[in-house]
Amino acid sequence: MTWLPYAVAIWLFLVGIYGVITSRHFVHLIICLSVVQSSTYVLLLGIGYRVGAAAPVFVDIPPGTPAVDPVVQALMLTDVVVEVTVTALLLALAVLAHERTGKLDPNKLGILRG
Amino acid sequence: MNGLQILILLMVAGFGLAVVLTRDPLHLAVVASFYGILLGVMFFLFQAPDVALSQITIGALALPLMVLLALAKIRRTERSR
Amino acid sequence: MKPAARLTLFGVAAVTFAVIVGSAVADIRPNDWYADFVNRVTVPERQITDAVTAVNFDIRGFDTLGEEFIMFASVLGVALLLRRHRDERDGPPRDRAQGRDIPPPSDAVRILTVALVGPVVLFGIYVVAHGQVTPGGGFQGGVVLATAPLLIYLAGEYQSLCRLAPRWLMESAEALGAGGYAIVGAIGMLRAERFLENWMPLGRAGDVFSGGSVALIDWTVGLEVAGGFILLLLIFLEETLVRRDPA
Repeated sequence: MTWLPYAVAIWLFLVGIYGVITSRHFVHLIICLSVVQSSTYVLLLGIGYRVGAAAPVFVDIPPGTPAVDPVVQALMLTDVVVEVTVTALLLALAVLAHERTGKLDPNKLGILRG
Repeated sequence: MNGLQILILLMVAGFGLAVVLTRDPLHLAVVASFYGILLGVMFFLFQAPDVALSQITIGALALPLMVLLALAKIRRTERSR
Repeated sequence: MKPAARLTLFGVAAVTFAVIVGSAVADIRPNDWYADFVNRVTVPERQITDAVTAVNFDIRGFDTLGEEFIMFASVLGVALLLRRHRDERDGPPRDRAQGRDIPPPSDAVRILTVALVGPVVLFGIYVVAHGQVTPGGGFQGGVVLATAPLLIYLAGEYQSLCRLAPRWLMESAEALGAGGYAIVGAIGMLRAERFLENWMPLGRAGDVFSGGSVALIDWTVGLEVAGGFILLLLIFLEETLVRRDPA
């Protein structure tokens, strides 16, 4: 069953993009983008996992025991924190767009003037 | 992979679909918060404690909070129109 | 583009994507020499027992510097976008709608949140300080520290939040953290000829003060992440509660 993380990653990616395409509210669109991002987490997790290995923290286990991949976890760690800040930036843009044009539907936004 | 990991992967897939299918933004904040906690549990079960620490705080607290504040601002702007 | 056309295009693209990625992933052969090398080398050579923190701040420290500046730039972008415009004005904070009577937070919520502020701050400092020993580090500890002012706001005291975590303090903390990381790297360049090279004594694995300059970098990153998140919260709250529409 080691193909299950990859299948779930592909499924989440496609579901998220489907949500972005058929979205009718800006905030819903932004949350669907974060679902797409979580698909990359599942993919990285699937790549780094070794069956039966322990967490890569060697406080109480001797340094030779098989552990999962720490490089992939380091990538995911910074990614999680940065994602929320970029989501805040997108939410600020959505709030401003609503203030300027009064519409929250991406389909009905029309021509944007500076 | 033991049964718990398979179960949590299937739950994450199902909940991703639930997040996308929820249209009302207020309900979406709560569903997104639960999705964040589920992702955190998944990281924990796959032997990644560092990532689980940040994901639980961020996915369950910071993200829904900002969504709710943005919605409050939007509602206030709408009411004053 | 009409919705039906958009959906058919998406269907075709989705099937192609699934087929291509599925076939690419089907015969993946994990080549894990780098992971085993890192796991083997962290404790004896860098004296750090948490391999993820070692990769983040020591072995690939330069990439983390870039990620931290992404965060800095995003917070800067939010502050810039939601600034006060020329025709808006600030009023006293108002968080009840016109004509609606919102009950104040109940006593149980207030007592619980105020009682939790101390332990949360302590836990955040613990997670930041022990980043190189147990799971933790700058990013996680900074996020935990940032939830403490949030608890104060949840107790219904927006004025206390503004007094305890004023905006200039959070901005200085964030700038100090972001710049501090670069300065630690520059000191490494001066003392040991390479940017972000270790310039502090390595200590013994399992101590709090092990790992050299990773301990210092942990603190600067924790400061920056905490400052950035609280700043985001303050900006959004100010936009919602204080900003009044053009007269």
